Amino acid sequence: MAVDDRFTQDFREPRADQPLGTRSEIITGPVSDWGSDFSHLEPQWSADPYPIQDDLRQRCPIARTERFGGGWLPTRYQDVAAIAYDTEHFSSRAIIMSNFRPPRELAPVGGSPPISSDPPFHHDARKLLLPAFTKTTVTRQEPATRALCHSLINALQGRDVVDAAHHYAQHIPMRVIADMLGFPPQDGPHFREFVENVLEGINLPPEERIARMTRLFDYLVAQVHDHLDNPREDLTTYLINAELHGHSLDPSHVVGTMALLLIAGIDTTWSAIGASLWHLARTPQDRKRLVADPRLLPVAMEEFLRAYAPVTMARLVKQDMHWHGVDMKADDWILLSFPAANRDPAQFDRAGEVVIDREVNRHAAFGLGIHRCVGSHLARMELRVALEVWLERIPEFSLDDPSAVTWAAGQIRGPRTLPLRIR
Amino acid sequence: MKVQISSERCQGHGRCYDLAPDLFGDDDEGYGKVLGTGVVPPGKEREAHLAAANCPERAIDVLREA
Repeated sequence: MAVDDRFTQDFREPRADQPLGTRSEIITGPVSDWGSDFSHLEPQWSADPYPIQDDLRQRCPIARTERFGGGWLPTRYQDVAAIAYDTEHFSSRAIIMSNFRPPRELAPVGGSPPISSDPPFHHDARKLLLPAFTKTTVTRQEPATRALCHSLINALQGRDVVDAAHHYAQHIPMRVIADMLGFPPQDGPHFREFVENVLEGINLPPEERIARMTRLFDYLVAQVHDHLDNPREDLTTYLINAELHGHSLDPSHVVGTMALLLIAGIDTTWSAIGASLWHLARTPQDRKRLVADPRLLPVAMEEFLRAYAPVTMARLVKQDMHWHGVDMKADDWILLSFPAANRDPAQFDRAGEVVIDREVNRHAAFGLGIHRCVGSHLARMELRVALEVWLERIPEFSLDDPSAVTWAAGQIRGPRTLPLRIR
Repeated sequence: MKVQISSERCQGHGRCYDLAPDLFGDDDEGYGKVLGTGVVPPGKEREAHLAAANCPERAIDVLREA
């Protein structure tokens, strides 16, 4: 068999003929007006974005910012859905709104396929991943996930107050995705650093961002080499061996998809588990009802996903156009807020309330259209098992100090410090 | 009563086979599929409506047959 030399030379070195992206000025500090100067990286947004979104939906449904080189924030469900479905006018070649726009030539593949891909490439890159993430496939990981949740709770024994974000929620998706990719389980602390670098370090100077991204990619390339030497039954070996249109994947495709699975698999589910526990800790009637009737959990869980949807995506406008009343320019960002869509009163009755027995719940927490979260079945399994085990083992809990709760800034929102009194 | 899925619209969210496992299943890529002919047996009408009402892509139709 021929030696796989795709990863031996440094495939990440930019070639002289490759176009560069564009950088914009880093603008931070308090927001003057959310309708014309929004920033999802400011503390007021991360602490509680919903009143801001509700206000904008009323008075300025497609808000504007000059930060990040210019962008738009739609807050109505119908506008968010229209953009999610419109891959002709909106590109996914960058899905994290930042001060750097990758060159247009990066489309339709993007840096982390398939989330960064546009049609027609997107379909085939996504098809490679789908079989590993069906409900049927992820069900096989449920016993190990349940055992992990029990072992995490066992480790909390004897304590009165625990940080449920740090000691419980984060470990569940970290372990599950590490197992799927075939990474050492003890590397969890690195993953947390990578996640924070990619998703929260948006306004750091470019040199610092590049240095941090390099650490992530160095780690992933080391994992690829370990898998080339010791192939095994996991997603990393699968991607190394996968073929698209009769050829092995480009090395940047392999590593980009690994980065996507690692980053998107952790922060999101960690946030969903944490936000659900936060809600139950401060809402005793909902907590008691779920403890008394665990069969309601699958319905309640969908409501937590609607009301506290962790994930906001981004798009880039392809060409200048007049769109739903505003003048969009090529390369303007769109901050595609599924959380805002999920609280639109035009789409949901009692949109601002958490109704844990809401039976009709057509929420968009996992996105809409061709980019529907590929890990949604895995995330739902992890969230359900995490809440089932917690409620079974720790039925009585409350917020120890509401002011000590902290939330992640940026496009993935969930509690990062969550002190709960558990007895 | 009969259910059908638009394969053009379905994106594999799986709400139908979560909520109405007697009427819908998943294929090898996670897309929803109608089990059997799609005819809703007596007593499963509520499941059919729940699946349709919860599909984020509005890909499910519930047809009333004459």
